[in-house]
Amino acid sequence: MMDFLTTLADMLASVPFWIATLRIATPLIFGTLGVLVCERSGVLNLGIEGIMVAGAFTGWLAVFHGADLWTGVLVAALTGALCGLLHAMLTVWLGVSQHVAGLGITLLASSLASFAYRVSFPKVSTPPTIEPFAPLTALQGIPLIGPVLAAQTALSMLALLLVPLLAWIIYRTPAGLALRMVGESPAAAEGQGLDVVRVRTLAIILGSMLMGVAGAFLTLSAFNAFFFNMVNGRGWICVALVVFASWRPGKALLGALLFAAFDAAQLRLQQAGGILPYQVYLMLPYLLSIAALVFMARRAAYPQALMKPYRKGER
Amino acid sequence: MRLEARSEVSRGALLLAPLAAILFTFLICALLVAWAGAPVGRTYALLLDGAFGSRFAIAETLTRATPLILTGLAAAVAFRARLYNIGAEGQLYVGALAAVAVGGLHGGTGFDLAPQLLFPLMLLAGALAGALLLLGPAWLKLKLGVDEVVTSLLLNFVALLAVSMMLDGPMKDPLAMGWPQSVAIMPELEFAKLLERTRVHSGLLLALGLSVLMWLVERFTTFGFALRAVGANARGAAFAGLPVQRTVLCCALISGALAGLAGVGEVAGRAGYVTLDMSPGYGYAGIVIAMLAGLHPLGVVLAACFVAAVLVGADSMSRVVGVPNYIADVIVATALLAMLVAALLTRYRLRWGRA
Repeated sequence: MMDFLTTLADMLASVPFWIATLRIATPLIFGTLGVLVCERSGVLNLGIEGIMVAGAFTGWLAVFHGADLWTGVLVAALTGALCGLLHAMLTVWLGVSQHVAGLGITLLASSLASFAYRVSFPKVSTPPTIEPFAPLTALQGIPLIGPVLAAQTALSMLALLLVPLLAWIIYRTPAGLALRMVGESPAAAEGQGLDVVRVRTLAIILGSMLMGVAGAFLTLSAFNAFFFNMVNGRGWICVALVVFASWRPGKALLGALLFAAFDAAQLRLQQAGGILPYQVYLMLPYLLSIAALVFMARRAAYPQALMKPYRKGER
Repeated sequence: MRLEARSEVSRGALLLAPLAAILFTFLICALLVAWAGAPVGRTYALLLDGAFGSRFAIAETLTRATPLILTGLAAAVAFRARLYNIGAEGQLYVGALAAVAVGGLHGGTGFDLAPQLLFPLMLLAGALAGALLLLGPAWLKLKLGVDEVVTSLLLNFVALLAVSMMLDGPMKDPLAMGWPQSVAIMPELEFAKLLERTRVHSGLLLALGLSVLMWLVERFTTFGFALRAVGANARGAAFAGLPVQRTVLCCALISGALAGLAGVGEVAGRAGYVTLDMSPGYGYAGIVIAMLAGLHPLGVVLAACFVAAVLVGADSMSRVVGVPNYIADVIVATALLAMLVAALLTRYRLRWGRA
C-alpha cells in the first residue's frame, strides 16, 4: 500500500506526467467546449466524432500542401462550420431526430475523410508527414508551471484561453443570454423577439468549428500525420464530459484535465508493466466516461429544451 | 421557409421515400466519383455488376446481408421504442465471443457436451451476451436518465478491447502464428452452406426467419402494441397503464440479442473464429438500414440487401477503376441523411415565405 502511495506521489510530482496530461486534455477541451455551445442552444451534436476526423484531415491536408499551420487550423474550423451548417439544416430548420442526424454526420464526415485521403494519396503505405506546431519554449521562465507549459504548443494555450472567454460570452454578454434562452425556453426567447432558428444555427456552427479545431490539434500538434482511427472515440468522450461539467465552461476544463490525468496515469501504469492485460488500461477512459455520466445523472442540469426541436406555433 | 404538417401520410409517399433518398444519394456521390477521376456511368455499372452480376456476386451480397439484416432489426426494434441503441457493433462482438466460448473452447477448458446440445447453447449464449451488453445502458436510461446513445457507443470501444484481450489471452489460437485470431468453433457447430461453392450460409435463413418473427410480434402481440405505444408517446403509454419500463427493458434484451446473433452468425457461418476486423461497421450500418426501412422488420431485409450490395459492389468496382472503396461508406452515410429528410417530407410539407 505504501509502495503504491509513493509511486502515486512520485507521478503527481513529475513534470512529464503533467505535460502528458495537458497534451491529452487539449483536444478534449476544444471538443467539450464545442459540444457545450451546441447543447446550450438546445441541440445535441453527435457529429463531433466525425467532425474531429474531418477537421484533423483537412487541417493537415492544407498544411501538407504548403499552407502555414494557423491556416491549417482555420481550414479545420471551416470544415467544422460546414458540417455544423449541415447539422443545423437537418436538426433546426427541419427538426429531424438529433441523435440520428448527428450519427449520420459522424458517418458521413469520417467516411468522406477516408475517401478523400485515399483519392489524394492512392499509393502511399506510410502516412506523409508535416512539420507540426513547435513547443513554446519561451514559457520556461514562468514559476512552478513553466516547465509544463513550455512543452505545449500554441494550440494548447488557445484552448486554455478559450475557457474564460467562452464563460464570459455565455454569462456576461447578450449573445450568451440569447444562447442560454433558446436552449432553456425557445418559446419565451421567441417572445422576447429572438430568432430561435438563427441563434441555434449560429451556435451549432460555432460549436462545430471548435470540434474541427479539436481534430486539427491531433494532426498539427500531437502528431504530424493523419491516421484513419486517430480520433478513436474522443468525440464521444467529450459528449460525456459536457454532462459531467453541467454545461459550464470552467467545469468542462476541470473535467477534461481530470480525465486526461487519469488517461496519463493509465498510460504510465501500462508502461510500467502492470499485472493486468494492457487492454484493461485502455478500457478505463471509456468506463470512466460512463461512470462520470452515472455519477452526475441525478444532478445534471440539462438545458431544458435539449433535443426538443422547435417549430413555430407547434407544441 | 417553414414546415406545414400534412393532414394524412400517404402510403405511396412512405414507399417512395427510401427510393427517392437512394436516388438522391447516387446523384450526390456521382460528384465524388467524378472527383476521383473515374467515369461515373461505368463506375456505377461496375458497382451494380459487382453486387448482382453473377451467381458468385449475388452469393457474396447475400452473405454480407446476413449480419446486416440482424443488426438492422436490432436497431429497428430499439428505435421503435425510442431506445437509441448505437451499440450493435459491440453487441455483435460480444455475441461472437460468446459463440466461441461455448463452441470453441472444447477439450481442456470447454464444455464436454454433444454438438446437438452445444449448437442451441451457442446461439443462446451469443444472444444473451448481446442482450446483457445493452441491458446496462437501457437500465441507466430508465432509472437515472443517462443518455443511452453515449453509453452504448462507449461500450462499443470497451467490447472491442475485451475481444482484443480474449484474443491475446484465453481464446488465443496457438496455431495462428501470432495473428490475433481466436480458436475455431467445432466444425460440427458451423452453419450449413446454402449454395455450393459460395459462402452463403444458413444464418441467412435465421435472419429472414427472425425478421418475419419480429414483424409478427410488432404487428399482432400486446408486447408489439406496447412497444409502438411507448415509442409514440411514453407518457401517454404510462398514463394508459402500459408497463413502460418493462417494455423498454424487454425491447433492449431483444435488440441486443439480435445484434449478438449477428456475431454468432459471422463466427459459425463464415470464418469459424473471431478476429478484430470481423465487422467492418455492421453495427453502425444497422442504424442506416433501420432508418431506410422506416423501422419495418420486413423492410429491413430489403434495406440490408441494398447496403450489402453497395459494400460488395464497391469492393469489386474499386479493383477495376481507381475509386477507393470508402465510397461505399460515403454512400451509406449519405443515404441515412437523405432518408431522414425524405421521411420528414412524408409528414410535413415545405412552404416558402412566412405564415
